[in-house]
Amino acid sequence: MSQLAIGRSGSRRGIYPARYSAAGLIRRGLTHTEWPPAWRPHPVKPSYDVVIVGGGVHGLAAAYYLAANHGITDVAVLDKGYIGAGGSGRNTAILRSNYLTPEGVRFYDRSVKLYQRLAADLDYNVMFSQRGHLTLAHNDSSLRTMRWRAEVNKVEGVNSEVIGPAKIKRLAPFLDVGDKARYPILGALYHPPGGIIRHDAVVWGYARGAAARGVHIHQHTEVTGIDVTGGETPRVRAVRTTQGDIATRTVLNATAGWSTLIADMAGVRLPVTTYPLQAAVTEPVKPFLSTVIVSGSLHVYISQTDRGELVFGASVDPFTSYSMRGSLEFIEGLAGHVLELMPALSKVRLLRQWAGLCDMTPDFSPIMGTTPVGGFLVDVGWGTYGFKAGPVSGEAMADCIASGQQPEIISAFGLDRFTAGTLVGEKGAAAVGH
Amino acid sequence: MILLPCPWCGPRDASEFGHVGEPVPRPDPAAASPAQWRSYLYLRANSCGWVVETWYHRQGCRRFIKVERHTETNETREHRQDREHRPEPESELQPAGDPSQQATAGTA
Repeated sequence: MSQLAIGRSGSRRGIYPARYSAAGLIRRGLTHTEWPPAWRPHPVKPSYDVVIVGGGVHGLAAAYYLAANHGITDVAVLDKGYIGAGGSGRNTAILRSNYLTPEGVRFYDRSVKLYQRLAADLDYNVMFSQRGHLTLAHNDSSLRTMRWRAEVNKVEGVNSEVIGPAKIKRLAPFLDVGDKARYPILGALYHPPGGIIRHDAVVWGYARGAAARGVHIHQHTEVTGIDVTGGETPRVRAVRTTQGDIATRTVLNATAGWSTLIADMAGVRLPVTTYPLQAAVTEPVKPFLSTVIVSGSLHVYISQTDRGELVFGASVDPFTSYSMRGSLEFIEGLAGHVLELMPALSKVRLLRQWAGLCDMTPDFSPIMGTTPVGGFLVDVGWGTYGFKAGPVSGEAMADCIASGQQPEIISAFGLDRFTAGTLVGEKGAAAVGH
Repeated sequence: MILLPCPWCGPRDASEFGHVGEPVPRPDPAAASPAQWRSYLYLRANSCGWVVETWYHRQGCRRFIKVERHTETNETREHRQDREHRPEPESELQPAGDPSQQATAGTA
């Protein structure tokens, strides 16, 4: 791959402002020299080849792969806040590829493989820990779905198997696997390659890698309008922002929860509704949980970070909203569900809670690729599971922008599937299972 | 806590309600084109700002109501038609009779 080649060739000297290494760390520690900034801000140019709206993992990964794989470096990434302020910094950082449909499995498997070598590609420690992922089944129908998912995964070459309560207890000793529980654990889908990662580091690593290759990252630059030429075949002409107008022929909308607002500016309607998804974190405790625990029936997923904090996530709120405030109802429900699974956590205190915005589609699958407006591309509809798809989406969208055609890996996720009636039903694995 | 102004029950906690969402007029199934039907099924305005929505008061009067809500701040207010056509408070109280009599009947 070209990004690996760049990482190893002699031409890297001068690309990155400073190569991160153990020797460099010791040298700077001893001499107390300041680290140079990971990337420099630039003034907004009046025109760019490609403008990417949304400085999260999807937008920055697309910018990085455009520069690294396709040599397209006249790219601007715009964000109305700071990079990683939206879903990329608010998710629960779980990665997995144990989906239900073959399209979904192939796609996320590619993403996990890209994540596996991301630290080396970006020269940035993203702290990916493949600690195993358990999706619990509390009733016969979810156990049947687990078997189905395990079989689809095996056919696609992804490591997943259904295991029983005894093995679950060995993997996660604090789980209540007794038959007296209100929601007894009948089995689980065990997915060893799944795990957690440092989500901020992924955003920063992509930003640093993209900026080193010439991409401009403009934070606090909000898009206020998109100019489209009229006529039979509308085409993107320019993007209006709070920092001035930018002439461009290609715009990628990678704005997750805000994606319909941006698409409306270009005159494209998306079948997307925005729901908040809340998460919470506890005070740090000693390491005791080495796997990621997910329960679809109880709408909760649990993992322990390297700092010892327990991260809890849930499903989306019961109504659409652009608000990112937490609610007491959520915390009450979440605490009850966590204690159903792990009664021993009853004395652990919550540190904080937050919400991120999810762009939900009717079939729980993303919308990627071209739209009826020429030059206006979308990478949206990621709902509750966008972070784990960051690298592969970036790679596919970069390919789509460079070639002008929908790459094979995302051919099932086009906007036209809603008219054609070829929806990709991923609710069985994407509705809650993180 | 988010309070929704139910025209029948007064302001009540949003957790008592089911969110139905933006009202979308249903096209005539016999006459609608596939594009119209697709739009009815899947496309929503998803606005950021004040919207008119339908909610179902499942733990109260069990009626479908219209409420205005700001989708960024979750402030709520009565639907404009309800606000404008609300009867005067005096005329609403008259048929209920004398409040002191009701209180006596309740304790008896």
